[in-house]
Amino acid sequence: MSTVVNDSAAVTEVVGAGAAGVDTASEAHELAQELSHARGLLRFATAGSVDDGKSTLVGRLLHDSKSVLSDQLDAVERTSQARGLETVDLSLLVDGLRAEREQGITIDVAYRYFATPTRTFILADTPGHVQYTRNTVTGASTADLVVILTDARTGVVAQTRRHAAVAALLGVPHLLLAVNKIDLVDYDQGVFDAIAGEFSAYAKGLGIHEITSIPISALNGDNVVTRSERIDWYDGPSVLEHLETVDLAADTDEALRFPVQYVIRPRSDELPDYRGYAGRVGAGTVRPGDEVVVLPSGRRSTVTGIDTADGPRPSATKGDSVTLLLSDDVDLSRGDLIAGVQDAPTPVVEFTATVTQLADKPLKPGARTLLRYGATSTRALVTSLDHLLDIDSLTYGPAPESLALNDIAQVTIRTADAVPVEAYRPGGAVGSLLIIDPADGTTLAAGMVGDRLAALHPETTTPAAPAAETEEDWLS
Amino acid sequence: MTATADGLATRRVASPHLRALESESIHILREVAGQFDKPVILFSAGKDSVLVLHLARKAFHPAPLPFSLLHVDTGHNFPEVLAFRDRVVAEGGLRLAVAKVQDWIDDGRLSERPDGTRNPLQTVPLVDTIVAEKYDAVIGGARRDEERARAKERIFSLRDAFGGWDPRKQRPELWGLYNGKHAPGEHVRVFPLSNWTELDVWNYIEAEGIDLPEIYYAHQREVFSRNGMWLTPGEWGGPAKGETLQRRWVRYRTVGDMSCTGAVDSQATDVQAVIEEIIATRITERGATRADDKLGEAAMEDRKREGYF
Repeated sequence: MSTVVNDSAAVTEVVGAGAAGVDTASEAHELAQELSHARGLLRFATAGSVDDGKSTLVGRLLHDSKSVLSDQLDAVERTSQARGLETVDLSLLVDGLRAEREQGITIDVAYRYFATPTRTFILADTPGHVQYTRNTVTGASTADLVVILTDARTGVVAQTRRHAAVAALLGVPHLLLAVNKIDLVDYDQGVFDAIAGEFSAYAKGLGIHEITSIPISALNGDNVVTRSERIDWYDGPSVLEHLETVDLAADTDEALRFPVQYVIRPRSDELPDYRGYAGRVGAGTVRPGDEVVVLPSGRRSTVTGIDTADGPRPSATKGDSVTLLLSDDVDLSRGDLIAGVQDAPTPVVEFTATVTQLADKPLKPGARTLLRYGATSTRALVTSLDHLLDIDSLTYGPAPESLALNDIAQVTIRTADAVPVEAYRPGGAVGSLLIIDPADGTTLAAGMVGDRLAALHPETTTPAAPAAETEEDWLS
Repeated sequence: MTATADGLATRRVASPHLRALESESIHILREVAGQFDKPVILFSAGKDSVLVLHLARKAFHPAPLPFSLLHVDTGHNFPEVLAFRDRVVAEGGLRLAVAKVQDWIDDGRLSERPDGTRNPLQTVPLVDTIVAEKYDAVIGGARRDEERARAKERIFSLRDAFGGWDPRKQRPELWGLYNGKHAPGEHVRVFPLSNWTELDVWNYIEAEGIDLPEIYYAHQREVFSRNGMWLTPGEWGGPAKGETLQRRWVRYRTVGDMSCTGAVDSQATDVQAVIEEIIATRITERGATRADDKLGEAAMEDRKREGYF
């Protein structure tokens, strides 16, 4: 294990958003140079039950990686003293809103930024309360990795399994179980091994690609940034070392998916006929000369150029914002999808999706909504709520009468216009959707095309969806 | 560095991380153009708004910028910054509207504060102008790393008819799906730099060769000390009795109202030196330079609820 992690001296020299701990300008310059060789960006989320010490872990991670600056620390020290605390409460670093500080809870996803010489990090810090599961879903939606906190004294509890299940449903490839408060069980290896074994078995059953467990004490800093000498039986990486080294292999041989956001037409004297299709590559790679199909129309064309403000490019891959030029003057507008001709999705007007209810307002069968898919927006009916998902047993229950906040369910959606939907892929650049209230624009639910539970358990057969009701008024 | 026909600097070098941030911001700005009827960029000529403008022009190249610009002028702005603002607008052929706090004071809609600070007075002219001009998307350069209430801000942030921000009404944002639907009278504030840090901004400014007002770089200036900050004298009121002027090498890390934006001691005369200084610093940007954020633990949260940017 020690061969794959970094020298801890390098790890603790952080050059993050206003990093400290650098003595001279020349040293700073060297670190800046190193940053330019960084391995890119890791997006991760944290989740845990109340009192598992998640805010303390995040505060400790920022503090020990020297991403907390002196004025921020001064404020936290003053507040800790004012509350009569004997030690500095690092969780105060990350509790942002006054309501949260007053109630000692976290009610919303907060984003944190830090960097080490090898990687930069965006952390989505999500609340652990049961009633805020929607925020765990939000934080995990773009995460490459989720850190789940558990208390060494209680081990794997229902909330731990729930967080793992949510991560699996969203297709998060890496899970890190931080077994916190290991000091309160006398650094007992047997306790850690039992928890790690139980969690690993459960998460493997969910099809998670990679699972790591680390014994930590967020309060004392054991194994958060630097490896603990008090836990000599553990020879794996610290939490930060694992975050720095986890392998983010990208899927490079996917077919092209390019949702058109905007049509660029200067109509100037120099460029009277310029017509470019602006968007961000959702999957695959595009090169000039590639044959593509435009959906939903099904017209074929050829890519003649990839334009950017920095000049033409020989190729663009997943995540790149570019402008595509096509050989034919095809009728194309915002919401259309440019796809590779191989494996192109078929536009449909009815499909199933696994959705999480995000709003207080309940979602009922027959609800008239707007569907957002890629850059497409169309009127849609949630024709039926087919099965409520029991996140604890990971089984489908009977059809619910309505969806309440935080419910996860399989539903059937019908759309006014054909939409080239296809099965959800991790990261959500393909197959993710929003269900929106047309009256006030509220995001009612977020969804993943297809049956995500079946994707976790390939052997499970999904019960057939009931026939769609007729609500033609909304769709026509 | 070379410049293209429309004045955009071309990329010299940028890390994968900066390229990813750039692509994300361009995606957000194109969503604004696709989802809204009358977007506007808040443009103070501060570095973050200069960066937003730069990214927006890249997003729609080679077409003209589909957004206009709005500046809320406190009347206490640095003359160098206003000159820079006007030059950028003229050279880029851009459309700029200016809402002057002084006009609101003159006709009695606002009154001067006893301490002379006008930063908090920007909110009313901003919200009045948004309503009068029917702007439905207001694009700003705020970043989540600036302050802890902002760490929870959405990229598309819904505001009510009074410009107010209710943290409990904000929509969850999943994947890259930004929901700009809003009821009549409401508008959406959009923050394309949400995921950038101060260091990212400066590294990108260097990589792209972006021009900034010269007060961001170290220069000699007459300043006086107040509340632990170096302030520049001017019509806004300083220095008071007992405050003495001295000449120092300073630069500004943020640019705002002269009455409450402090300079820091610095020898960093170019962008590389600024980057080195930021890496070595031990105080955050706002903590060092913004008196208005020192008002209380929840100062920013309270101002956001009232419609402040």
